[in-house]
Amino acid sequence: MTSITEEAPVVSDSSDVSRRMARIADEISGPAADEVDQQGRFPSETISALRAEGLLSALIPRSLGGMGASYSELSQGLVSMGRQCASSAMVVAMHHIQVASLVRHGRNDLLRNYMVELVDRQYLLASATTEVGTGGDVGSSVCAVDVADGTFRLEKQAPVISYGRFADGILATARRSADSPENDQVLALCRPPELELEQVGEWNALGFRGTCSPGFILRASGDAAAILDDPYSDVSTQTMLPVAHILWSSLWLGIASAAIDRARRFVQAEARKRPGMTPAAALRLADATALYQQFADLLRCSVARFEDIQDDPDRLSALGFAIAMNSLKVSASTLVVDVVRQSMVICGLASYRMDTPYSLGRHLRDSIGASLMVNNDRIMGNNAQMLLVHRGE
Amino acid sequence: MTMDETIRDVLTEHGRLAVDAGSIEENTDLFASGMTSHASVNVMLALEDAFDIEFSEKMLRKSTFESIAAIRAGVLEMKEA
Repeated sequence: MTSITEEAPVVSDSSDVSRRMARIADEISGPAADEVDQQGRFPSETISALRAEGLLSALIPRSLGGMGASYSELSQGLVSMGRQCASSAMVVAMHHIQVASLVRHGRNDLLRNYMVELVDRQYLLASATTEVGTGGDVGSSVCAVDVADGTFRLEKQAPVISYGRFADGILATARRSADSPENDQVLALCRPPELELEQVGEWNALGFRGTCSPGFILRASGDAAAILDDPYSDVSTQTMLPVAHILWSSLWLGIASAAIDRARRFVQAEARKRPGMTPAAALRLADATALYQQFADLLRCSVARFEDIQDDPDRLSALGFAIAMNSLKVSASTLVVDVVRQSMVICGLASYRMDTPYSLGRHLRDSIGASLMVNNDRIMGNNAQMLLVHRGE
Repeated sequence: MTMDETIRDVLTEHGRLAVDAGSIEENTDLFASGMTSHASVNVMLALEDAFDIEFSEKMLRKSTFESIAAIRAGVLEMKEA
Protein backbone atom coordinates (compact mmCIF):
# COMPACT_ATOMS: atom_id res chain seq x y z
CA MET A 1 0.00 0.00 0.00
CA THR A 2 1.27 3.44 -0.72
CA SER A 3 0.86 6.13 1.81
CA ILE A 4 -0.87 9.29 0.76
CA THR A 5 1.71 11.97 0.84
CA GLU A 6 0.55 14.64 -1.54
CA GLU A 7 -1.20 17.72 -0.33
CA ALA A 8 -4.80 18.22 -1.32
CA PRO A 9 -4.81 18.79 -5.06
CA VAL A 10 -6.07 21.89 -6.74
CA VAL A 11 -9.41 20.93 -8.21
CA SER A 12 -10.11 22.55 -11.52
CA ASP A 13 -12.66 22.05 -14.21
CA SER A 14 -12.67 19.15 -16.62
CA SER A 15 -12.30 21.05 -19.85
CA ASP A 16 -8.60 20.46 -19.93
CA VAL A 17 -8.41 16.92 -18.55
CA SER A 18 -7.17 15.45 -21.80
CA ARG A 19 -4.70 18.28 -22.35
CA ARG A 20 -3.28 17.94 -18.86
CA MET A 21 -2.99 14.18 -19.18
CA ALA A 22 -1.20 14.69 -22.49
CA ARG A 23 1.27 17.09 -20.86
CA ILE A 24 2.02 14.66 -18.03
CA ALA A 25 2.40 11.88 -20.58
CA ASP A 26 4.87 13.90 -22.66
CA GLU A 27 6.87 15.39 -19.82
CA ILE A 28 6.85 12.57 -17.28
CA SER A 29 5.58 9.21 -18.57
CA GLY A 30 7.51 9.30 -21.85
CA PRO A 31 10.98 9.92 -20.43
CA ALA A 32 10.52 7.12 -17.87
CA ALA A 33 8.89 4.62 -20.24
CA ASP A 34 11.95 2.60 -21.21
CA GLU A 35 13.11 2.28 -17.62
CA VAL A 36 9.63 1.28 -16.45
CA ASP A 37 9.59 -1.36 -19.17
CA GLN A 38 13.12 -2.67 -18.66
CA GLN A 39 12.91 -2.87 -14.90
CA GLY A 40 9.25 -3.89 -14.85
CA ARG A 41 8.70 -1.24 -12.22
CA PHE A 42 5.60 0.69 -11.27
CA PRO A 43 5.33 4.05 -13.09
CA SER A 44 5.16 5.97 -9.85
CA GLU A 45 6.17 9.32 -11.34
CA THR A 46 3.13 9.31 -13.65
CA ILE A 47 0.74 8.45 -10.84
CA SER A 48 2.29 11.11 -8.57
CA ALA A 49 1.92 13.71 -11.29
CA LEU A 50 -1.73 12.79 -11.89
CA ARG A 51 -2.34 12.89 -8.13
CA ALA A 52 -0.77 16.30 -7.80
CA GLU A 53 -3.24 17.63 -10.36
CA GLY A 54 -6.24 15.81 -8.93
CA LEU A 55 -6.61 13.79 -12.10
CA LEU A 56 -7.26 10.47 -10.35
CA SER A 57 -10.75 11.78 -9.57
CA ALA A 58 -11.42 13.13 -13.04
CA LEU A 59 -14.54 10.95 -13.43
CA ILE A 60 -16.04 11.78 -10.05
CA PRO A 61 -18.98 14.18 -10.38
CA ARG A 62 -18.56 17.79 -9.39
CA SER A 63 -21.23 17.35 -6.73
CA LEU A 64 -18.76 15.11 -4.90
CA GLY A 65 -15.81 17.39 -5.53
CA GLY A 66 -14.46 15.68 -8.65
CA MET A 67 -14.00 17.06 -12.13
CA GLY A 68 -16.99 15.43 -13.77
CA ALA A 69 -14.91 14.68 -16.84
CA SER A 70 -16.52 12.90 -19.76
CA TYR A 71 -15.44 9.53 -21.09
CA SER A 72 -14.36 11.13 -24.35
CA GLU A 73 -12.02 13.52 -22.53
CA LEU A 74 -10.56 10.66 -20.54
CA SER A 75 -10.27 8.56 -23.67
CA GLN A 76 -8.28 11.29 -25.41
CA GLY A 77 -6.02 11.67 -22.40
CA LEU A 78 -5.33 7.94 -22.45
CA VAL A 79 -4.49 8.01 -26.15
CA SER A 80 -1.79 10.56 -25.32
CA MET A 81 -0.55 8.53 -22.39
CA GLY A 82 -0.56 5.26 -24.35
CA ARG A 83 1.55 6.96 -26.98
CA GLN A 84 4.28 7.59 -24.40
CA CYS A 85 4.05 4.69 -21.95
CA ALA A 86 1.50 1.92 -22.35
CA SER A 87 2.13 0.59 -18.84
CA SER A 88 1.38 3.97 -17.27
CA ALA A 89 -1.71 4.34 -19.42
CA MET A 90 -2.95 0.86 -18.52
CA VAL A 91 -2.64 1.57 -14.79
CA VAL A 92 -4.50 4.83 -15.23
CA ALA A 93 -7.19 3.21 -17.39
CA MET A 94 -7.77 0.41 -14.91
CA HIS A 95 -8.02 2.89 -12.06
CA HIS A 96 -10.66 4.90 -13.88
CA ILE A 97 -12.65 1.75 -14.70
CA GLN A 98 -12.92 1.15 -10.94
CA VAL A 99 -13.85 4.76 -10.29
CA ALA A 100 -16.53 4.60 -12.98
CA SER A 101 -18.03 1.54 -11.28
CA LEU A 102 -18.11 3.35 -7.94
CA VAL A 103 -19.58 6.51 -9.41
CA ARG A 104 -22.27 4.72 -11.36
CA HIS A 105 -23.19 1.93 -8.93
CA GLY A 106 -22.23 3.13 -5.46
CA ARG A 107 -25.18 5.04 -4.08
CA ASN A 108 -25.06 4.48 -0.32
CA ASP A 109 -23.60 7.02 2.09
CA LEU A 110 -20.43 5.10 2.82
CA LEU A 111 -19.54 4.82 -0.85
CA ARG A 112 -20.41 8.42 -1.59
CA ASN A 113 -18.30 9.57 1.33
CA TYR A 114 -15.51 7.39 0.05
CA MET A 115 -15.67 9.15 -3.32
CA VAL A 116 -15.37 12.52 -1.58
CA GLU A 117 -12.36 11.11 0.27
CA LEU A 118 -10.92 9.78 -2.98
CA VAL A 119 -11.04 13.28 -4.44
CA ASP A 120 -9.26 14.67 -1.41
CA ARG A 121 -6.65 11.94 -1.01
CA GLN A 122 -6.34 10.92 -4.68
CA TYR A 123 -6.59 7.21 -3.98
CA LEU A 124 -5.46 4.78 -6.67
CA LEU A 125 -7.92 1.90 -7.12
CA ALA A 126 -7.16 -1.58 -8.43
CA SER A 127 -9.31 -4.52 -9.37
CA ALA A 128 -9.50 -8.17 -8.32
CA THR A 129 -12.01 -9.79 -10.67
CA THR A 130 -10.20 -12.94 -11.79
CA GLU A 131 -9.87 -15.86 -9.44
CA VAL A 132 -8.04 -19.13 -9.21
CA GLY A 133 -10.50 -21.90 -10.10
CA THR A 134 -12.88 -20.07 -12.43
CA GLY A 135 -10.96 -20.70 -15.63
CA GLY A 136 -10.66 -16.99 -16.36
CA ASP A 137 -14.41 -16.38 -16.31
CA VAL A 138 -14.88 -13.12 -14.42
CA GLY A 139 -18.64 -13.74 -14.41
CA SER A 140 -18.29 -16.37 -11.71
CA SER A 141 -16.63 -16.50 -8.31
CA VAL A 142 -15.49 -19.22 -5.97
CA CYS A 143 -15.02 -16.96 -2.95
CA ALA A 144 -17.96 -15.39 -1.15
CA VAL A 145 -18.43 -12.39 1.09
CA ASP A 146 -19.39 -13.44 4.56
CA VAL A 147 -21.67 -10.75 5.98
CA ALA A 148 -22.52 -10.76 9.67
CA ASP A 149 -23.58 -7.90 11.97
CA GLY A 150 -23.11 -5.34 9.25
CA THR A 151 -19.52 -6.42 8.54
CA PHE A 152 -18.20 -8.31 5.55
CA ARG A 153 -15.27 -10.66 5.39
CA LEU A 154 -13.60 -11.92 2.24
CA GLU A 155 -10.67 -14.06 1.21
CA LYS A 156 -9.85 -14.39 -2.47
CA GLN A 157 -7.10 -16.13 -4.42
CA ALA A 158 -6.43 -13.70 -7.23
CA PRO A 159 -4.09 -14.90 -10.00
CA VAL A 160 -3.56 -11.27 -11.03
CA ILE A 161 -4.02 -7.94 -9.31
CA SER A 162 -2.43 -5.26 -11.43
CA TYR A 163 -0.46 -2.77 -9.30
CA GLY A 164 -2.06 -4.36 -6.24
CA ARG A 165 0.90 -3.46 -4.07
CA PHE A 166 0.59 0.21 -5.03
CA ALA A 167 -3.18 0.57 -4.76
CA ASP A 168 -5.04 2.37 -1.99
CA GLY A 169 -8.18 0.31 -2.48
CA ILE A 170 -9.28 -2.76 -4.42
CA LEU A 171 -12.66 -3.62 -5.88
CA ALA A 172 -13.08 -7.40 -5.64
CA THR A 173 -15.80 -9.67 -6.97
CA ALA A 174 -17.21 -12.45 -4.82
CA ARG A 175 -20.36 -14.48 -4.47
CA ARG A 176 -23.09 -12.64 -2.57
CA SER A 177 -23.07 -15.24 0.22
CA ALA A 178 -21.71 -18.68 0.98
CA ASP A 179 -25.01 -20.12 -0.32
CA SER A 180 -25.09 -18.16 -3.57
CA PRO A 181 -24.47 -19.74 -6.97
CA GLU A 182 -21.18 -18.84 -8.64
CA ASN A 183 -22.68 -16.19 -10.90
CA ASP A 184 -24.58 -14.27 -8.18
CA GLN A 185 -21.76 -11.84 -7.54
CA VAL A 186 -21.20 -8.58 -5.75
CA LEU A 187 -18.39 -6.05 -5.94
CA ALA A 188 -16.79 -5.13 -2.63
CA LEU A 189 -14.55 -2.16 -1.96
CA CYS A 190 -11.63 -3.41 0.12
CA ARG A 191 -9.59 -0.79 1.94
CA PRO A 192 -6.68 -0.68 4.31
CA PRO A 193 -6.17 -1.17 7.17
CA GLU A 194 -8.67 -4.05 6.80
CA LEU A 195 -7.10 -5.12 3.52
CA GLU A 196 -4.19 -7.50 3.47
CA LEU A 197 -2.40 -8.73 0.35
CA GLU A 198 -0.09 -11.70 0.30
CA GLN A 199 1.85 -11.74 -2.93
CA VAL A 200 2.04 -15.01 -4.85
CA GLY A 201 4.72 -15.18 -7.53
CA GLU A 202 6.21 -12.44 -9.65
CA TRP A 203 5.19 -10.41 -12.70
CA ASN A 204 7.76 -10.86 -15.43
CA ALA A 205 5.82 -10.53 -18.67
CA LEU A 206 6.51 -9.77 -22.31
CA GLY A 207 4.74 -6.41 -22.20
CA PHE A 208 2.85 -4.06 -19.91
CA ARG A 209 5.68 -4.77 -17.56
CA GLY A 210 5.11 -1.65 -15.48
CA THR A 211 1.62 -2.73 -14.47
CA CYS A 212 3.25 -5.00 -11.85
CA SER A 213 0.54 -7.67 -11.95
CA PRO A 214 1.46 -10.71 -9.83
CA GLY A 215 -1.04 -12.90 -8.02
CA PHE A 216 -2.19 -12.24 -4.48
CA ILE A 217 -4.19 -13.78 -1.72
CA LEU A 218 -6.52 -10.96 -0.77
CA ARG A 219 -7.98 -10.85 2.74
CA ALA A 220 -10.34 -8.06 3.59
CA SER A 221 -13.09 -7.07 5.94
CA GLY A 222 -15.10 -3.95 6.49
CA ASP A 223 -18.49 -2.29 6.74
CA ALA A 224 -21.00 -4.22 4.63
CA ALA A 225 -21.99 -0.92 3.02
CA ALA A 226 -18.68 -1.08 1.15
CA ILE A 227 -20.38 -3.67 -1.07
CA LEU A 228 -21.71 -1.87 -4.13
CA ASP A 229 -25.45 -1.46 -4.30
CA ASP A 230 -25.97 -3.11 -7.68
CA PRO A 231 -25.23 -6.77 -8.44
CA TYR A 232 -21.91 -7.27 -10.22
CA SER A 233 -23.67 -8.54 -13.35
CA ASP A 234 -25.28 -5.10 -13.74
CA VAL A 235 -22.05 -3.25 -12.90
CA SER A 236 -20.27 -5.38 -15.46
CA THR A 237 -22.82 -5.01 -18.28
CA GLN A 238 -23.60 -1.34 -17.81
CA THR A 239 -20.21 0.01 -16.81
CA MET A 240 -17.14 -2.18 -16.36
CA LEU A 241 -17.28 -3.90 -19.71
CA PRO A 242 -18.03 -0.91 -21.95
CA VAL A 243 -15.78 1.48 -20.00
CA ALA A 244 -12.92 -1.03 -19.90
CA HIS A 245 -13.14 -1.72 -23.62
CA ILE A 246 -13.27 1.99 -24.42
CA LEU A 247 -10.40 2.97 -22.14
CA TRP A 248 -8.19 0.03 -23.09
CA SER A 249 -8.81 0.73 -26.77
CA SER A 250 -7.81 4.35 -26.14
CA LEU A 251 -4.37 3.48 -24.86
CA TRP A 252 -3.94 0.83 -27.55
CA LEU A 253 -4.69 3.53 -30.10
CA GLY A 254 -1.92 5.52 -28.38
CA ILE A 255 0.52 2.64 -29.00
CA ALA A 256 -0.55 2.52 -32.65
CA SER A 257 -0.20 6.28 -32.89
CA ALA A 258 3.37 6.18 -31.57
CA ALA A 259 4.22 3.44 -34.08
CA ILE A 260 2.78 5.18 -37.08
CA ASP A 261 4.46 8.41 -36.02
CA ARG A 262 7.82 6.69 -36.24
CA ALA A 263 6.88 5.17 -39.59
CA ARG A 264 5.88 8.57 -40.94
CA ARG A 265 9.07 10.23 -39.71
CA PHE A 266 11.10 7.39 -41.22
CA VAL A 267 9.49 7.73 -44.65
CA GLN A 268 9.82 11.52 -44.58
CA ALA A 269 13.50 11.27 -43.69
CA GLU A 270 13.95 8.95 -46.69
CA ALA A 271 12.05 11.35 -48.91
CA ARG A 272 14.27 14.25 -47.88
CA LYS A 273 17.34 12.33 -48.97
CA ARG A 274 16.05 12.03 -52.53
CA PRO A 275 13.48 14.67 -53.39
CA GLY A 276 11.46 13.71 -56.46
CA MET A 277 11.59 9.98 -55.66
CA THR A 278 8.71 8.64 -53.57
CA PRO A 279 10.27 6.13 -51.16
CA ALA A 280 9.08 2.55 -51.62
CA ALA A 281 7.84 2.45 -48.03
CA ALA A 282 5.52 5.43 -48.63
CA LEU A 283 2.91 3.15 -50.17
CA ARG A 284 2.94 0.95 -47.11
CA LEU A 285 2.68 4.05 -44.95
CA ALA A 286 -0.46 4.99 -46.87
CA ASP A 287 -1.80 1.51 -46.13
CA ALA A 288 -0.93 1.69 -42.44
CA THR A 289 -2.45 5.15 -42.21
CA ALA A 290 -5.76 3.84 -43.54
CA LEU A 291 -5.65 1.11 -40.91
CA TYR A 292 -4.89 3.66 -38.21
CA GLN A 293 -7.80 5.81 -39.32
CA GLN A 294 -10.16 2.83 -39.07
CA PHE A 295 -8.94 2.31 -35.53
CA ALA A 296 -9.20 5.97 -34.47
CA ASP A 297 -12.67 6.40 -35.96
CA LEU A 298 -13.89 3.13 -34.46
CA LEU A 299 -12.82 4.33 -31.03
CA ARG A 300 -14.37 7.77 -31.47
CA CYS A 301 -17.70 6.24 -32.54
CA SER A 302 -17.65 3.70 -29.74
CA VAL A 303 -17.10 6.37 -27.10
CA ALA A 304 -20.01 8.36 -28.57
CA ARG A 305 -22.17 5.22 -28.63
CA PHE A 306 -21.56 4.73 -24.92
CA GLU A 307 -21.95 8.40 -24.00
CA ASP A 308 -25.25 8.62 -25.87
CA ILE A 309 -26.86 5.97 -23.67
CA GLN A 310 -24.71 6.08 -20.53
CA ASP A 311 -27.64 6.97 -18.26
CA ASP A 312 -30.08 4.46 -19.72
CA PRO A 313 -29.58 1.07 -18.00
CA ASP A 314 -32.06 -0.57 -20.35
CA ARG A 315 -30.19 0.37 -23.50
CA LEU A 316 -26.85 -0.37 -21.87
CA SER A 317 -28.17 -3.87 -21.16
CA ALA A 318 -29.30 -4.51 -24.73
CA LEU A 319 -27.58 -7.34 -26.58
CA GLY A 320 -26.67 -5.15 -29.53
CA PHE A 321 -24.71 -2.78 -27.30
CA ALA A 322 -22.84 -5.61 -25.56
CA ILE A 323 -21.96 -7.15 -28.91
CA ALA A 324 -20.72 -3.78 -30.18
CA MET A 325 -18.54 -3.17 -27.12
CA ASN A 326 -17.08 -6.67 -27.34
CA SER A 327 -16.41 -6.16 -31.04
CA LEU A 328 -14.62 -2.91 -30.22
CA LYS A 329 -12.21 -4.74 -27.90
CA VAL A 330 -11.49 -7.49 -30.39
CA SER A 331 -11.05 -5.09 -33.32
CA ALA A 332 -8.93 -2.59 -31.41
CA SER A 333 -6.63 -5.25 -29.97
CA THR A 334 -6.13 -6.69 -33.44
CA LEU A 335 -5.65 -3.32 -35.14
CA VAL A 336 -2.98 -2.21 -32.67
CA VAL A 337 -0.79 -5.20 -33.55
CA ASP A 338 -1.43 -4.68 -37.27
CA VAL A 339 -0.45 -1.01 -37.16
CA VAL A 340 2.69 -1.71 -35.11
CA ARG A 341 3.74 -4.54 -37.43
CA GLN A 342 3.17 -2.47 -40.55
CA SER A 343 5.14 0.36 -39.01
CA MET A 344 7.99 -2.04 -38.31
CA VAL A 345 8.04 -3.16 -41.92
CA ILE A 346 8.20 0.49 -42.95
CA CYS A 347 11.07 1.35 -40.60
CA GLY A 348 12.84 -1.96 -41.17
CA LEU A 349 15.81 -2.81 -39.00
CA ALA A 350 15.75 0.65 -37.44
CA SER A 351 12.57 -0.40 -35.64
CA TYR A 352 13.91 -3.84 -34.77
CA ARG A 353 16.96 -2.38 -33.09
CA MET A 354 16.45 -1.36 -29.51
CA ASP A 355 18.50 1.84 -29.71
CA THR A 356 17.22 4.00 -32.55
CA PRO A 357 14.63 6.79 -32.67
CA TYR A 358 12.50 4.30 -34.65
CA SER A 359 12.68 1.40 -32.14
CA LEU A 360 9.33 -0.36 -31.81
CA GLY A 361 10.19 -3.39 -29.70
CA ARG A 362 8.39 -2.16 -26.59
CA HIS A 363 5.35 -1.16 -28.63
CA LEU A 364 5.19 -4.58 -30.29
CA ARG A 365 5.48 -6.40 -26.95
CA ASP A 366 2.82 -4.20 -25.34
CA SER A 367 0.49 -4.48 -28.33
CA ILE A 368 0.42 -8.27 -28.14
CA GLY A 369 -0.97 -8.10 -24.61
CA ALA A 370 -4.11 -6.41 -25.90
CA SER A 371 -5.66 -9.56 -27.37
CA LEU A 372 -4.66 -11.67 -24.36
CA MET A 373 -5.92 -9.60 -21.44
CA VAL A 374 -9.41 -11.05 -21.42
CA ASN A 375 -8.68 -13.34 -24.33
CA ASN A 376 -10.26 -12.36 -27.63
CA ASP A 377 -11.44 -15.94 -28.12
CA ARG A 378 -13.43 -15.74 -24.89
CA ILE A 379 -14.97 -12.45 -25.97
CA MET A 380 -15.82 -13.78 -29.41
CA GLY A 381 -17.33 -16.84 -27.73
CA ASN A 382 -19.62 -14.54 -25.75
CA ASN A 383 -20.62 -12.70 -28.91
CA ALA A 384 -21.22 -15.99 -30.69
CA GLN A 385 -23.62 -16.97 -27.93
CA MET A 386 -25.44 -13.62 -28.00
CA LEU A 387 -25.72 -13.74 -31.78
CA LEU A 388 -27.82 -16.91 -31.50
CA VAL A 389 -30.65 -14.66 -30.40
CA HIS A 390 -29.73 -11.10 -31.40
CA ARG A 391 -32.09 -9.63 -34.03
CA GLY A 392 -29.68 -7.17 -35.58
CA GLU A 393 -29.76 -3.39 -35.41
CA MET B 1 -49.14 -29.28 -20.73
CA THR B 2 -49.83 -25.81 -19.35
CA MET B 3 -47.67 -22.84 -20.25
CA ASP B 4 -46.16 -22.82 -16.76
CA GLU B 5 -45.31 -26.49 -16.98
CA THR B 6 -43.59 -25.95 -20.30
CA ILE B 7 -41.61 -23.01 -18.89
CA ARG B 8 -40.55 -25.10 -15.91
CA ASP B 9 -39.55 -27.96 -18.19
CA VAL B 10 -37.40 -25.62 -20.27
CA LEU B 11 -35.79 -24.25 -17.11
CA THR B 12 -35.13 -27.74 -15.82
CA GLU B 13 -33.44 -28.73 -19.03
CA HIS B 14 -31.54 -25.52 -19.86
CA GLY B 15 -31.57 -23.14 -16.89
CA ARG B 16 -28.82 -24.88 -14.92
CA LEU B 17 -30.45 -23.67 -11.74
CA ALA B 18 -29.06 -24.52 -8.34
CA VAL B 19 -32.62 -25.28 -7.24
CA ASP B 20 -35.49 -27.41 -8.58
CA ALA B 21 -37.15 -25.57 -11.45
CA GLY B 22 -40.31 -27.60 -10.92
CA SER B 23 -41.02 -26.13 -7.50
CA ILE B 24 -39.35 -22.72 -7.57
CA GLU B 25 -41.61 -19.75 -6.69
CA GLU B 26 -42.77 -17.91 -9.77
CA ASN B 27 -41.25 -14.62 -8.63
CA THR B 28 -37.89 -16.00 -7.50
CA ASP B 29 -34.94 -14.38 -9.24
CA LEU B 30 -33.61 -17.02 -11.62
CA PHE B 31 -30.25 -15.32 -12.05
CA ALA B 32 -29.76 -15.30 -8.29
CA SER B 33 -30.70 -18.99 -8.40
CA GLY B 34 -27.74 -19.89 -10.57
CA MET B 35 -28.89 -19.23 -14.14
CA THR B 36 -25.95 -17.75 -16.03
CA SER B 37 -26.35 -15.41 -18.97
CA HIS B 38 -25.11 -18.29 -21.12
CA ALA B 39 -27.87 -20.54 -19.79
CA SER B 40 -30.46 -17.80 -20.25
CA VAL B 41 -29.71 -17.75 -23.98
CA ASN B 42 -30.40 -21.48 -24.16
CA VAL B 43 -33.58 -21.03 -22.12
CA MET B 44 -34.69 -18.40 -24.56
CA LEU B 45 -33.95 -20.54 -27.62
CA ALA B 46 -35.86 -23.44 -26.09
CA LEU B 47 -38.81 -21.19 -25.21
CA GLU B 48 -38.96 -19.92 -28.79
CA ASP B 49 -39.03 -23.48 -30.03
CA ALA B 50 -41.58 -24.68 -27.47
CA PHE B 51 -44.02 -21.80 -28.04
CA ASP B 52 -43.23 -21.17 -31.71
CA ILE B 53 -42.48 -17.52 -31.05
CA GLU B 54 -39.59 -15.15 -31.62
CA PHE B 55 -38.72 -12.69 -28.88
CA SER B 56 -38.38 -9.17 -30.22
CA GLU B 57 -35.18 -7.19 -29.76
CA LYS B 58 -36.67 -5.13 -26.98
CA MET B 59 -37.55 -8.28 -25.06
CA LEU B 60 -33.95 -9.47 -25.12
CA ARG B 61 -33.21 -8.15 -21.65
CA LYS B 62 -32.20 -9.81 -18.50
CA SER B 63 -35.47 -8.66 -16.93
CA THR B 64 -37.54 -10.71 -19.41
CA PHE B 65 -35.98 -13.90 -18.08
CA GLU B 66 -35.49 -13.04 -14.43
CA SER B 67 -38.41 -15.10 -13.08
CA ILE B 68 -41.05 -17.58 -14.20
CA ALA B 69 -43.67 -14.83 -13.96
CA ALA B 70 -41.58 -12.52 -16.15
CA ILE B 71 -41.02 -15.27 -18.70
CA ARG B 72 -44.76 -16.04 -18.81
CA ALA B 73 -45.55 -12.36 -19.39
CA GLY B 74 -42.94 -12.20 -22.14
CA VAL B 75 -44.21 -15.34 -23.87
CA LEU B 76 -47.80 -14.08 -23.73
CA GLU B 77 -46.77 -10.73 -25.16
CA MET B 78 -44.98 -12.43 -28.04
CA LYS B 79 -47.88 -14.83 -28.69
CA GLU B 80 -50.25 -11.89 -29.00
CA ALA B 81 -47.91 -9.91 -31.22
